Amino acid sequence: MLKKIKEFIIERLIFLSGIASIVFVLLIFIFLLKEGISIFKTVGLFDFLSGRFWYPISDPPKLGILPLIMGSLLVTLGAVVIAVPLGIASAFYIAEVASPRVRDALKSCVEVLSAIPSVVLGFIGMVTLVPFVKALFKIPTGLTAFSGSIMLAFMALPTIISISEDAINAVPRQYKEGAIALGATHWQTLYRVIIHGAMPGVIAASMLGIGRVIGETMAVMMITGNAAVIPTTFLQPVRTLTATIAAEMGETVRGSEHYYALFAIGIVLFVISFLINVTADLFLHKDKR
Amino acid sequence: MVDKKLEIKGLNIRFEDVRALKDLSLDIYKNEILSVIGPSNSGKTTFLRALNRLNDLEDRIRMEGTILIDGRDIYGQMEPEELRKRVGMIFALPIPLPLSIYDNIAYGPRMSGLRERKRLDAVIEKSLNEAFLWDEVKDRLHSSALKLSGGQQQRLCIARTLALEPDIILFDEPCSGLDPISTSRVEDSMIELKKTKTIVLVTNNTKQAARVGTRTAFFLMGDLIEVDRTEKVFTAPADQRTNDYITGKFG
Repeated sequence: MLKKIKEFIIERLIFLSGIASIVFVLLIFIFLLKEGISIFKTVGLFDFLSGRFWYPISDPPKLGILPLIMGSLLVTLGAVVIAVPLGIASAFYIAEVASPRVRDALKSCVEVLSAIPSVVLGFIGMVTLVPFVKALFKIPTGLTAFSGSIMLAFMALPTIISISEDAINAVPRQYKEGAIALGATHWQTLYRVIIHGAMPGVIAASMLGIGRVIGETMAVMMITGNAAVIPTTFLQPVRTLTATIAAEMGETVRGSEHYYALFAIGIVLFVISFLINVTADLFLHKDKR
Repeated sequence: MVDKKLEIKGLNIRFEDVRALKDLSLDIYKNEILSVIGPSNSGKTTFLRALNRLNDLEDRIRMEGTILIDGRDIYGQMEPEELRKRVGMIFALPIPLPLSIYDNIAYGPRMSGLRERKRLDAVIEKSLNEAFLWDEVKDRLHSSALKLSGGQQQRLCIARTLALEPDIILFDEPCSGLDPISTSRVEDSMIELKKTKTIVLVTNNTKQAARVGTRTAFFLMGDLIEVDRTEKVFTAPADQRTNDYITGKFG
């Protein structure tokens, strides 16, 4: 009897732990919605998303987040262009080409890279990369979307590399041996068989890397210049959705329009990350089937 | 029958501390089927994989000795890709690529640069015929290879290897996952292939070795215990351990 009660309690406890994360996500989402939705009483959803000016403290305030969305997308796009090819190539090198000793060394380096706090990366970028970009392109400031993309690429790399590498290692050994036994060279095997098999996982890895980049705050706030204008080139300052929330939340009056608008930005970010994760998940599951 | 196709001299293979093959010397003749039997861990598969240098893929393997094909050293005088086109291999699990039947067989020839449609068609028909599969699939060459049954997939893999026109074919327990009827089809194609090619068959099925082998080699714990004509090995083995194995006392 006592044993049965014990079993019951343990089962319940495990169940509670299991659903805890679901409950937390729901609570966060409800809170975000509750706080953010109020802004749409004064600004329409369409005007909020497509408004070209973000002047939250002018009178009356102009709350259009198009420049912020564009800023986030531009920085992310740049980071993706840098990190995805580099990360995938690096994963193939680690999984297929490197000798065991080099492989171990590289894997630890990738882990260390993922352990560097983003504020430290931002700081390093500020004192090294920013002056370099300024001098290289002879522009008035090095605090640009381009600098942000480079630093963010560093943060996406560990995710892309380690998940792609897992996907490559998960390609059945027999496929590789089958191709090799038919006289395929190492490169032909890699290019025609292994890439084919690992593709869904590699795409998922890239999506998760993108998710990491779009949600990143500290480093971008330090090195992208934070000018809320619609960017036309990579070599100008931009402001991202995340940096806006981080920089302005401390100065708003609780319950003001500005305050609600920042929560609404949070909803937009949440939706974007959610979509990216769902897409990544679709590809990961495709992999398993 | 006296033409030596493969000469193996003083072959030693080590996986880190484990000696997988010990000082193996063996000749394999043209147009024979050499069956290699023995319990697991006896080095049969390691031996087979040395013949097309598939062991090169392992990081922790050490090898000594020489293997000659038609007098040429396969580790010194040949590129592995060239060797593997001449020495085809059939694995225990048939692994068709997720492509059509046609494209599976065309894979090897295309890789070597054959593009001309007519010649590809001819190669594919010939290979499928030699693998005893043509009649079953000639009307659906462009449907997926994954829809074939296990036995058909294995014969497809044989056809795929034949398309490269190898002169030696290595079979690594090719029928371990097949039913008796599919097994006999695969065996029929082996016997037919023997006329033009040299075959090394590793099998756990001693009856299969008795049915198709011209000669049979018995491996135990990395040693070659004996090799002789199949009838001799199965009726009057020279070594007591061979006798124990084929009569089912262990293994």
